[in-house]
Amino acid sequence: MANELRIVEAVQQALDEELARDDSVVLFGEDVGVTGGVFRATDGLVDAYPERVYDSTLGESGIVGVGIGLAAAGMTPVAEIQFQSFLYQGFAQLVQHAARLRSRSRGGFTCPMTIRTPYGGGIRALEHHSESFEAGFAHVPGLKVVVPSSPTETKGLLTASIRDPDPVVFMEPTRLYRAMREPVPEGDYTLPLGEATVVEAGEDVTVVAWGSMLRTTLSAVDGVDADVEVVNPRTIYPLDTETITESVKKTGRCVVVHEAPMTAGLGAEIVSRLTETAFYHLESPPERVTGYDVPFPMFAREEAYLPSEERVRAGVERALSE
Amino acid sequence: MPRTTVAEFTVESLGILAPDGEVDEELVPDLSEETLRGMYRTMRRARRLDERAIALQRRGELGTYAPGIGQEAAQVASATALADGDWVVPAFREQAALLTRGTPMHAILAYAMGLEEGAAVGPDDRTLPPSIPVGSQALHAVGIGWAYAMRNEDPVALAYFGDGATSTGDVMEAFNSAGAYGAQTVFLCQNNQYAISTPRSKQSRAETLAQKAIGAGIRGIQVDGNDALAVYEATREALDHARDGDPVLVEALTYRRSMHTTSDDPRKYRQEDEEVDWDRRDPILRLESYLRERGILTDDDVAALEAELETEVADAIERAKGMAADVDPADMFEHAYGEMPPWLERQLTAFSGAQGGAVDGE
Repeated sequence: MANELRIVEAVQQALDEELARDDSVVLFGEDVGVTGGVFRATDGLVDAYPERVYDSTLGESGIVGVGIGLAAAGMTPVAEIQFQSFLYQGFAQLVQHAARLRSRSRGGFTCPMTIRTPYGGGIRALEHHSESFEAGFAHVPGLKVVVPSSPTETKGLLTASIRDPDPVVFMEPTRLYRAMREPVPEGDYTLPLGEATVVEAGEDVTVVAWGSMLRTTLSAVDGVDADVEVVNPRTIYPLDTETITESVKKTGRCVVVHEAPMTAGLGAEIVSRLTETAFYHLESPPERVTGYDVPFPMFAREEAYLPSEERVRAGVERALSE
Repeated sequence: MPRTTVAEFTVESLGILAPDGEVDEELVPDLSEETLRGMYRTMRRARRLDERAIALQRRGELGTYAPGIGQEAAQVASATALADGDWVVPAFREQAALLTRGTPMHAILAYAMGLEEGAAVGPDDRTLPPSIPVGSQALHAVGIGWAYAMRNEDPVALAYFGDGATSTGDVMEAFNSAGAYGAQTVFLCQNNQYAISTPRSKQSRAETLAQKAIGAGIRGIQVDGNDALAVYEATREALDHARDGDPVLVEALTYRRSMHTTSDDPRKYRQEDEEVDWDRRDPILRLESYLRERGILTDDDVAALEAELETEVADAIERAKGMAADVDPADMFEHAYGEMPPWLERQLTAFSGAQGGAVDGE
């Protein structure tokens, strides 16, 4: 059985099934209860599980910090941060405590907390609602960072994140929440964290993209006169270097696409790893197609900021031109 | 519409055993002689540990250390009020509270020697590792206390922090969310008068720190933090309330008689007359005279305890040094994740090779 679901509905289904499966799962965050979340991702869950779904107090440091305590006391907290940019307020708790609870207590306490958060631009939101900080979270040892790009991935990866013994930042691409439907497996369904997938097989060039940029990339390479391989890491940390490496060894060329700023973005890490693992297979300099090193602009200019299909196509063509 | 008063608040203060030895018999908590002797003993253990730790740090055998000299009553008496299933969520000056809860002395020293092993947690332990970022741990105590409230179970989380922490957003968020969630949490603020060098008067314009509870709608009480009997009683009452889902902030007025850490010099920011004044209010001497007066403690007891302590501290130092000598650097890779990610595994392999050791798991 597989219902056609949108990403936002896949979130809701994964949460529903995990709440039903495991009494220790507790959902909390600003407006997740009665309203069902600002994107309705938790719609109806407070009615089904009134004892384990809570509208939290407003304050992201508190949401993350309280989640750490819940985890230490044996619960499985699933927190929602309304927009990723406000997770900056909880960043200290993430870095100083959530990520280190296991190592500081030598494995005595763990923090199996999942922090769900919409991220990314393209929805004409107000300021501070569009950033894409996956590289920042990936820079924190002890955290895992997951970015789904489809309803099926959302269901499988979110379920796996909730069951993961470590803290996971689960970044949901805001602009894809309602962008597509697809059949999503019902019932127990997980996708392993740390495994990339080859979305489209090809021989000439590898494009690595995730989240909402995967959609842009797939549309962009449609119009490229070459056999393009598209790899979706799905997990930012741990990053599946092997799959990316194998792909680039085959194609000899690589383009990384992300909407975060270029400097110290994940593209830098991927290209750096490729120079370690596939340097002698590279036939042209790796390309990065990314957001710019500027604060995310307000929505009148966000289309200019975000990598477009044209920019992705141009990047692929540059990689192919040498 | 006229101007009216819509709410009025008061802050209660509790003292039982005055600095001059006078006791309010009506308020004396019902404690066995054994418990009283135990509190005294742990306060002395903590004092001796801190004194030796400062000396060890000066000799380069310990890293930066935060002594709690002067705060023994605030810590030991409050931790004594806990039930077995309750949690302690400490800051970084809580050696006395940790000793009360059964943390072995050598573990505290090992932590100060830079070994994570010192904060290792056993399966039944309910003490979080020390929290260095000021005030951040108050939120963890809210999460723990909220978990028990959700599960309708008894345990309470007792969070320790200082006067400086009440200026942080995290502590204010903790008070507020504890109230909103009905978390089974007690906040024990040790107002030791200084946040490193910044005096309490510059920390907040509030007349008491206990009143910071009022804005969150939770109970707040001030207590003489150098009076072990009063701290015990205030904490016991607070724990009772918290067990019913009413979190409480207890402000224990005390004084950090030594340095903030071994890295600073209190002579630069404190007045000698102030220090002398607080010396006279020493929490250990105050409890000792109370116990002697009642025949619970004799000269022989004190002499025996002193001898016992010297042995215990010496043994703990030896044991911690042994742990430091046996340190396995590759161990830092072990506890980062439940399951080691492949990239990290490769780093461990490279590390082990570089160290000339065997590759883990091979």
